[in-house]
Amino acid sequence: MKPKTQRLTLGLFAVAAIVAAALLALSALKDQAAYYYTPSDAAKAHLQPGAAVRLGGMVEKGSLTRLPDGVTIRFVVTDGGASVPVRFQGIVPALFREGSGVVADGRFDATGLFVADTILAKHDERYMPPQVAGAMHKSKSLAK
Amino acid sequence: MIAEAGLAALWLGAALCALQLFAAAIAVRGESELAAIVRPVAVAQAALTATAFALLIWLFVRVDLSVLLVAQNDYSLKPFLYRFAATWGNHEGSMLMWVTILGLAGAAVAMFERKLETRTLLATLGGQAVIGLGFYAFLLFASNPFARLDPPPAEGQGLNPLLQDPGLAFHPPTLYLGYVGLSVAFSFAIGALVTRDVGPAFAKAMRPWVLGAWIFLTIGITAGSYWAYYELGWGGWWFWDPVENASLMPWLAATALLHSATVLATRDGLRAWTLMLAVVAFSMSMIGTFLVRSGILTSVHAFAVDPRRGTFLLVLLFLYIGGALALFGARVGTVREGSRFDLVSREAGLVANNLLLSVILGVVLIGTLYPLIAEALGVKISIGPPYFNLAAGVPALVLVTVMAAGPLLRWRRDDGRMLLRRVAPAATVALLALILVTLFAPPIGLLPLLGLALAAGLALASIAPLWRRNLLRTPLFTWGMVLAHLGVAVSLAGVACDSSFTVEKLVAARIGETVAIGPYQVRFAGLDPVFGEDWQALQATLEARRGSGGALILNPQARTFWAPPTETSETAIHTALDGQLYTVLGKQAGEGRWQLRLWWKPFVTLIWAGGALIAIGGALALVGRVRRRHRPAREGW
Repeated sequence: MKPKTQRLTLGLFAVAAIVAAALLALSALKDQAAYYYTPSDAAKAHLQPGAAVRLGGMVEKGSLTRLPDGVTIRFVVTDGGASVPVRFQGIVPALFREGSGVVADGRFDATGLFVADTILAKHDERYMPPQVAGAMHKSKSLAK
Repeated sequence: MIAEAGLAALWLGAALCALQLFAAAIAVRGESELAAIVRPVAVAQAALTATAFALLIWLFVRVDLSVLLVAQNDYSLKPFLYRFAATWGNHEGSMLMWVTILGLAGAAVAMFERKLETRTLLATLGGQAVIGLGFYAFLLFASNPFARLDPPPAEGQGLNPLLQDPGLAFHPPTLYLGYVGLSVAFSFAIGALVTRDVGPAFAKAMRPWVLGAWIFLTIGITAGSYWAYYELGWGGWWFWDPVENASLMPWLAATALLHSATVLATRDGLRAWTLMLAVVAFSMSMIGTFLVRSGILTSVHAFAVDPRRGTFLLVLLFLYIGGALALFGARVGTVREGSRFDLVSREAGLVANNLLLSVILGVVLIGTLYPLIAEALGVKISIGPPYFNLAAGVPALVLVTVMAAGPLLRWRRDDGRMLLRRVAPAATVALLALILVTLFAPPIGLLPLLGLALAAGLALASIAPLWRRNLLRTPLFTWGMVLAHLGVAVSLAGVACDSSFTVEKLVAARIGETVAIGPYQVRFAGLDPVFGEDWQALQATLEARRGSGGALILNPQARTFWAPPTETSETAIHTALDGQLYTVLGKQAGEGRWQLRLWWKPFVTLIWAGGALIAIGGALALVGRVRRRHRPAREGW
């Protein structure tokens, strides 16, 4: 094979591979990326039920209840401005507690209840999710 | 005094690093007596940082609370292993380990590299010093590990309990050896670009260094994955967490580099591309360091919350990656084109390997950085496993297909029909596996199904290069390749089995109740308080029975640590030949019940067994290469 043809074929293969990868990545991004909302953002955004959403905020004090089956809990996530009721089935992380930061992945159902698939709590005492810190700061300064 | 001695050693190391750069820069230009001092200076520099690091370890083991870092991260009641490992369980200590390994890697090159042309070697050590200076500056000006605290507190604040595990002693050092070891490949590329000396001899000199870093990276990732699996108690082994991706990306680039360096060493092809990959591989390490250490991510790995540190690292990142790419751009035109090859040939197979690895690297990089960039623009987005599984999984399966055929190809030119005949047995096995799984296994997703079939085919294809060879006379690096490729097949089979056949159960159980999970009957036999050196826990006793066999006892715990006060759950795992029974004790569920989460994970252990095989394969190849270097070269290796 001539050097030029070889370079051309290789180049074409490379371009084809990159285009295919980009298409794959884009389509996967479009379907699978979950947007991050605080309760205030979510209230404004009129979210489609069923869309993948990541919800972040604080677990409202006194809102945590356990359903009779022993493995499902309900609580309210708040950022000081708005709040969202959440249902979760599973073992909550050790650091999950009322008044503490939480990030929940899941989706809204038709009634406005947030059904969480996974729950992440802050990792140690010194840390609050930056997004939550930002949102709480915003709503505090609004309150003033 | 120890802390001051450590700081002094660090400053001296930084000064020697500057001297190393200066001497190398002068010596590269022409004959100079400074050439003679570059190697010894590199070794002395490493000795000084290693001393500083050893002194920091000493401070941690002795729990010297007058040192700020120790007071913040250590606790006198912790067992020796955790006081020792707590040295790098924090930002400053882990950055000092980073710089120490960087220095040691440079010293190793200075002491053991004998094949590389002298000027290129000098330029390489100069490159290593450039990287070193930036990170010394980061340590000394933004992350001083030896800062004092006056007055000292009565007790330290302790280590994050999630990190209190033997894994902390091994996972970060091995991962860093790999991460930072790739700096050698980067410096080699810089050296070669400076002296314009890129050819088979260069590739042969660079390859063992890349291989060494890659082995450690493989071990670090595999061990980290297993650590996350049993420590977090979520039943998963890979979460596509940005921090995990930060270790995967250099591995992908280094894997591509290993293969392209082989083309350069054997056939003098892919010159510019190999240099590019060497730059990319360590750039990925630095991006990873930035992601993990800048505090931009919130995870168990992110210790720093000081924004100045993030900015400092970002500036270093731009300087080094930008500088290397600029040098590459300026010099690549003068790197002569390598030799050519046919479209059906070993080279072409390796080019396909490189393209696919780059594609996977690209989608992982996009998925990791996109949320950060979007957030900087005011959009908050999270990209999770569904994206990565699809966007990285599909090219990975194509890669596995290429991998099966690659080693069966001849260099330079091969015959397509002969190739088909050679891969026919593997293709048949893959097809058989596909049919058997579809017929007899419970219905599973398309990707795992293809994964299982391809794993079977790859397993056979990867041992095919040993067919009809005298096994005792087969070179070690051929054995290495065979084992590493087999390891990929084994891992892939584990991943596919875990994702398709895992059974999970979440229950609220009373003491005495029995739960069925997979082939096991698990009885919740009791719940007792237990105490450790710096924690107390509730411990469940679970009796697992399989068929008519005797009872296995599993003891998952819900632990409470005292310093800092934290709750963690300790999983209890039983490993059988055909999988693992994974149990977690949850919270109290009311009415005398306790939450139990149980998984039956068939063949999940194959994932890490495969990782171990890959690392062993790498080690065999390394030994083979190094031994061959000390003998007169034969053609064709």
